[in-house]
Amino acid sequence: MMLKELSEAFGPSGNEKAVRTILRQALEGQVDRMWVDALGNLHTERQGKSRNRLRVLLTAHMDEVGFMVIGHDDSGGLRIRPIGGIDPRVLPGAIVWVGPDRVPGVIGAKPIHLQERGEGEKVDPIRQLVIDIGAKNKEKAQEAAPVGTTAVFATRFRELGPTVIGKAFDDRVGCAILAALLLGEPPRHTLHAVFTVQEEVGLRGARVAAYRSEPDCAVALEGTIADDLPKEKDASPTTELGQGPAITVMDRTFIAHRGLVQLLTHTAEELGIPYQIKQPGIGGTDAGAMHRVRQGVPSAAVAVPCRYIHGPVGMLNLADFENCSRLMHESLARLTVRTLRRE
Amino acid sequence: MRETIQRLTETFGPSGFEERIRAVIRDEVEDLADELQVTPLGSLVAIRRGSGGGQRIMMAAHMDEIGVMASYIDEKGFIRLAPLGGVYSITCIGSRVLFENGTMGVIGLDEKRQDKKQIPSLSELYIDVGATSKEDCPVRVGDAAVFVRTFFAQGRRLVAKAMDNRIGCAVLIETMRRLQKTPHEIHFVFTAQEETNLSGAQTAAYGIDPDLAIAVDVTGTGDRPESRPMAVQLGQGPAIKVQDALMIAHPLVREWLVAAAERINVPYQMEVMEGGTTDAAVTQLVRAGVPSGCLSIPCRYVHSPSEMVDEEDVEGAVRVLVEALSTR
Amino acid sequence: METISLLRKLTELPGLSGHEQPVRQLLQELWSPLVDELSEDRLGSMIGLRQGSGAVPRPRLMLAAHMDEIGLRVAGIERGFLRLAEVGGIDRRVLPGLEVVVHGKRDLHGVIGMRPPHVIPHDQRDKPIPWAELFVDVGLPEAEVDEWVRVGDPISFYRQMVELQGGLVAGKAFDNRASVAAVTLALHALTRMSHAWDVVAVATVQEEVGLYGATTSAYHVAPDLAIAIDVTFARQAGLSDDRVFAIGEGPTIGIGPNFHPQVVEKLKSTADAHEIPYHVEPAPGRSGTDAWAIQVSREGVPTGLVSIPVRYMHQPVETAAVKDIERAGRLLAAFAAGLAADFRPGWEDEA
Repeated sequence: MMLKELSEAFGPSGNEKAVRTILRQALEGQVDRMWVDALGNLHTERQGKSRNRLRVLLTAHMDEVGFMVIGHDDSGGLRIRPIGGIDPRVLPGAIVWVGPDRVPGVIGAKPIHLQERGEGEKVDPIRQLVIDIGAKNKEKAQEAAPVGTTAVFATRFRELGPTVIGKAFDDRVGCAILAALLLGEPPRHTLHAVFTVQEEVGLRGARVAAYRSEPDCAVALEGTIADDLPKEKDASPTTELGQGPAITVMDRTFIAHRGLVQLLTHTAEELGIPYQIKQPGIGGTDAGAMHRVRQGVPSAAVAVPCRYIHGPVGMLNLADFENCSRLMHESLARLTVRTLRRE
Repeated sequence: MRETIQRLTETFGPSGFEERIRAVIRDEVEDLADELQVTPLGSLVAIRRGSGGGQRIMMAAHMDEIGVMASYIDEKGFIRLAPLGGVYSITCIGSRVLFENGTMGVIGLDEKRQDKKQIPSLSELYIDVGATSKEDCPVRVGDAAVFVRTFFAQGRRLVAKAMDNRIGCAVLIETMRRLQKTPHEIHFVFTAQEETNLSGAQTAAYGIDPDLAIAVDVTGTGDRPESRPMAVQLGQGPAIKVQDALMIAHPLVREWLVAAAERINVPYQMEVMEGGTTDAAVTQLVRAGVPSGCLSIPCRYVHSPSEMVDEEDVEGAVRVLVEALSTR
Repeated sequence: METISLLRKLTELPGLSGHEQPVRQLLQELWSPLVDELSEDRLGSMIGLRQGSGAVPRPRLMLAAHMDEIGLRVAGIERGFLRLAEVGGIDRRVLPGLEVVVHGKRDLHGVIGMRPPHVIPHDQRDKPIPWAELFVDVGLPEAEVDEWVRVGDPISFYRQMVELQGGLVAGKAFDNRASVAAVTLALHALTRMSHAWDVVAVATVQEEVGLYGATTSAYHVAPDLAIAIDVTFARQAGLSDDRVFAIGEGPTIGIGPNFHPQVVEKLKSTADAHEIPYHVEPAPGRSGTDAWAIQVSREGVPTGLVSIPVRYMHQPVETAAVKDIERAGRLLAAFAAGLAADFRPGWEDEA
């Protein structure tokens, strides 16, 4: 399963090589063009067969949140800072892979026996934590993981029935969907599919990809926040597992094009594909960068709901994954010039 | 001009949902422009081709207004909201909002709040449209609404919702009406999505590739009781921007406006605004850079449903722009 | 070229973000003999082109150092006293007692005063003076102030550079004139070296308010590779060792998503080959330098960063080692000269 392979690959922002390699191998010979740009985005293109074909930019980001080694302590620990947004509360007890060779390391905390009263009520900020790779001293640590070395959560993919767990579903699930779209039957519109870099540190790859692409419209494929745990207040779950792909109307970074949102919802309703509207105002995706490139790009974002993203173990529902693929495939088949028109 | 201002301020048009305000403005400028275009993000561009020998100038006023979006509908049909632009909870409580489909709602506040001494967060507000369940609620997640407040004029002062920035739109429209001859090719742009992320102006500017750009927008004042010090006052003339939170006006553009005001003896003020910004913050960075500036209309109570401007400042702004644009 | 006098000239000039004209003028004089073409972009960044020896069309290396500095601005005028707004990030605790120059219709020397401590209640004395109580006093009668000064006029710190012990120098605006000096030294060195690539030195404007000059000049230059040069935090009293670098131990080379791995490697190998000491400076995300803007210009630009350690950043006593500035200049020149005509940064997993 490609999702498993992608999920387990090492790829913090700026260091996406392993993910790029998997995708490149899967798509070699299956697309009309393929190239890598100055930031490391993997571009692929499939020519559309329709006479009135549009140029559609589709993106999924290859990078994941992780850590960067910024120093070493005397006992051989690696001092770290986050790459992208990481909640320090998930760190104590985590296992990580350090460097592309995936050297194992652990993040521990002070034993409960040795804590002062009240210490257990505090969260250790990341600057107080170290990764322990078992290095004997500072010199050994420097040798094994020099400053600038990156690390990611070390999590094996696993199927739990209708759901699967693993790391980096944000956004390897988008990569898997995008790869599947490229491997499908010849598309109506020309697909410029880009597996982007550096989304987690500021939507950087998508911006230059959209500049290169000059598309008629763009869609970001994502793994997005699901906050559907029991809560006291009757408040939005943002998205819910098992309720279908999540369509963005607005988030922190952009307002989706109304015509594209309608295309997606109408397609879903026509075919009976379940879907949900993601809680407006939450999060951000590559669409935030793409929509403001050059003269403006009508943009949308479609996502697979994922629980516990940006942590060591995420969870998604395979039916949402399948439905997201199908919704994208069918919507692209129904896209026309009129979808994008503004009065 | 008052009628235009009233019509503009009372029209629905939150960020990303500018169809209606765009139609109203299109109606106003259709006969005043040589060409009309709508950009991919929904900004309206009205082009006046000059007699030649001048510059290509972008004049930007954003047409979107702040508002709220339905973000969740609970079992009983109450609606939680997300802000479209800079919405303050204290001006929301007790306000009425209007959805695009005509549904009116009132904004309520959670009684079981965490800390009652704190200013409520937006997540503690909800919209009540009189529904009894999720099923009979006439609003769907993702629908947008604007604040409801009628326009009034009292002496020289004009008060309305969305004065930010329909007053800028009114200034551009009136400038187009009065501008007889110009050497310049002027793109009057009524921009979309300023309040959320300034993307309408950025993308329009890329398409136009102007030699210089001027935003017309509102600015704050320092003339209210216990307001923070700011040199701008209501009624002392339009303000020529030197700096705001995200931009330093290009000196040539700034002095071009100053010279125009001085030639026709329109009183003006210099503006240093410490919070907030305008479309000019993004136009200046487009392509290899566009010298950009801003002519501001002093406005009290910005981002509340009752924004107040002075008619003389508005008139002065039109006169400065007509003078500047008529000359080389 | 004598580094200390170069630094003195560069740092003592006023050049606030958006008001860089005095620095531009000096660079006109300094760079003219060192480049083939000198121009400005539309926001005022200074662009000096040294043509390479390779075949046309030649790849372009952009060396970007921002020339603007932080400062103040007249926000209002009250009875001849000038209220202040900040340009760039200012710690207002450094302001009381500072001499400044108000750039009005003519330059006016002034001081930032404060109310005498004797009249301040005890419980207020351990708090920084609020912005609303900080004024510039130019010592002129009200009417004369109104004549010369207008709301919006820029105000620069007045500071003459001093030489400290051990090859250190201190003053204002080392952020980032130290780097402008390093680029100038590199251009100078390149006059005696052969380089295949075009070298485009850019003194960018408005970095302190949002990397603006780098954004527009990178679009204008459209480089094939870019190195930003900026200052970084030097070890000083009161700072933990996290991400600070010893002064006098050479420049730093940035590593992280903002930087192309092959550019980083080439900077490191160039420094090694020329026995220039350096440290590696990790940046897990936003580097906060011109490199951040340049990397995403147009279709993307392979980017690197060289930084000079400076103590007391954004204060009128920024302190640097002359040696580090010279080493940065040597590193840049050697890097530029070492770029083969057909070199393009790529990815090791590419075919």
